[in-house]
Amino acid sequence: MADAGLAQRRNSGTAGAYAVANTLLRFSPLLILCAFWEFLGLSGVISQQMLPGLGEIAQAFVKLLIEGNLLYNTLRSISRAATGLGAAVVVGILTGLLMASFRPVRLLVNPIVQIFYPMPKSALIPVVMIWLGLGDSSKILLIFLGCLLPVIVGTYNGARGVNPFLLWSAASLGASSFEVLREVVLPGAMPDILTGCRTALAFSFILMVSSEFVIATDGVGYMISSLGDGGLYPAMFAAIFFVAAIGFAADRGYAAFARRVLRWREA
Amino acid sequence: MEMAEVRPIAATPKASQTRRPGRAASPKLVDTIVQIGVIAALAAAWEVGARYGAINPFLLPPLSTVLQRLWDDLLSGAVLVDLGLTLYRALLGFFIGAVIGVPIGVLMSRSSLVRWFFDPLISIGFPMPKIAFLPIFILWFDIYDTSKIIMVAFSCFFPIVSATWAGTSSLDKWPIWSARSFGAKERDLLWEVYLPMAMPQILTGLQVALPVGMITTIVTEMLMGGRGIGGTMITAGRFADSVGVFAGIVEIVLLGFAVVKSLEMVRRRVLVWHPESRR
Repeated sequence: MADAGLAQRRNSGTAGAYAVANTLLRFSPLLILCAFWEFLGLSGVISQQMLPGLGEIAQAFVKLLIEGNLLYNTLRSISRAATGLGAAVVVGILTGLLMASFRPVRLLVNPIVQIFYPMPKSALIPVVMIWLGLGDSSKILLIFLGCLLPVIVGTYNGARGVNPFLLWSAASLGASSFEVLREVVLPGAMPDILTGCRTALAFSFILMVSSEFVIATDGVGYMISSLGDGGLYPAMFAAIFFVAAIGFAADRGYAAFARRVLRWREA
Repeated sequence: MEMAEVRPIAATPKASQTRRPGRAASPKLVDTIVQIGVIAALAAAWEVGARYGAINPFLLPPLSTVLQRLWDDLLSGAVLVDLGLTLYRALLGFFIGAVIGVPIGVLMSRSSLVRWFFDPLISIGFPMPKIAFLPIFILWFDIYDTSKIIMVAFSCFFPIVSATWAGTSSLDKWPIWSARSFGAKERDLLWEVYLPMAMPQILTGLQVALPVGMITTIVTEMLMGGRGIGGTMITAGRFADSVGVFAGIVEIVLLGFAVVKSLEMVRRRVLVWHPESRR
């Protein structure tokens, strides 16, 4: 069975029933897990309350989608995460490039990065609550701050790692320092920047959901915790799986985007 | 897996400097002094700005007030209880994640059956925001330590297992062949060849997982209340006690710094034989 999985990965281009069968085989452990889940619930080892049946969860999901405001809350959450993350990417890349190019900037920013990099960013939740209250801006600021450092560090490491010969030859061909930055340093640092942004993407989801658990009046994290508080467990499970699926899809989409951006590099 | 490449700045760029005795060390010394100066200046600006009205002291209480609160709480023992509980939950969860994750990662590279079973689960579980599952763990294991620690272990598990899997499956074949030709058995190979060769990547996985575990611990504490830095901070926040919140931030900065740096030291110690520590 494992061989089938491997073969599927080797020639992923093959279409048709063969590929479908292979994908099914590859993801069959998930089906086994689902069957186990159903078995635990149906056999009564664990109460239905604790472990709602998958059918029930699916029904609750459809209901949330049609009657409830799952989509609305998800959009609210994602718009906050995207705003914070987008700002963090722009500011982080600029700061990282400036740090790598100018010593004063490096000396100024590096100690701050060093101190705050290891800090668990979720600890800022009460701080942004005090600063900006319970609305959108507090969560956007939290996501921005949490995502900023991975982007700065990735960009800085990448920009410092650019081959100095490339910088020298660009300069000797008459490029201004801004042109060197844009044409040589930025593309050279791109793999590390993209890795930093991927970490930031993961952080943005973590911080989005956890800030909404703790302080929120809407959003998908708030929805999950209020469904849980109300004892609507099938719906809670459905919303949780939905968020997890969105996080998964975002990461996969980002990976595809990163591959596209880096197409010009030799593998 | 690719998350692993992000490292604190100190880890990489300084390595390019070749070590020379005498005067070559002085620019580095100047850098260090300037950077310490930057931190001191920031602290001074915080203190002066908050004390003399440039900043609203509710939004950012003066540093000296925050440190005074920290000192009082230290004397009463509250800080140590909070730090101890948070550290205990984070490290135990991390440890459980590592104890389960590393063997599964090794087995995934050695046995096709294990790989078949775990590969889809890991590749789906790795990019998911694990924190979303917290309400499920609360439902299953109540709101006390068990659910917090299981949540931390669950979020640490994925980076560890995927780093271990990647590390043990891309091994150079020559050392394995030569060990075999010297008569090493499979079990010797595991301890003498596979694990040491994969150790840099395993450690990188652990270095990614530990901060994730800390983030998760803080969130679980905030959500479920009770003691621990996260719980104390969110209580302070709800009572608009901004001094308490910032005292918590100072604690957490110190704790995060200490934990991350200790793991870096462990890495240097464990990899003393490895070319990476000879830079």
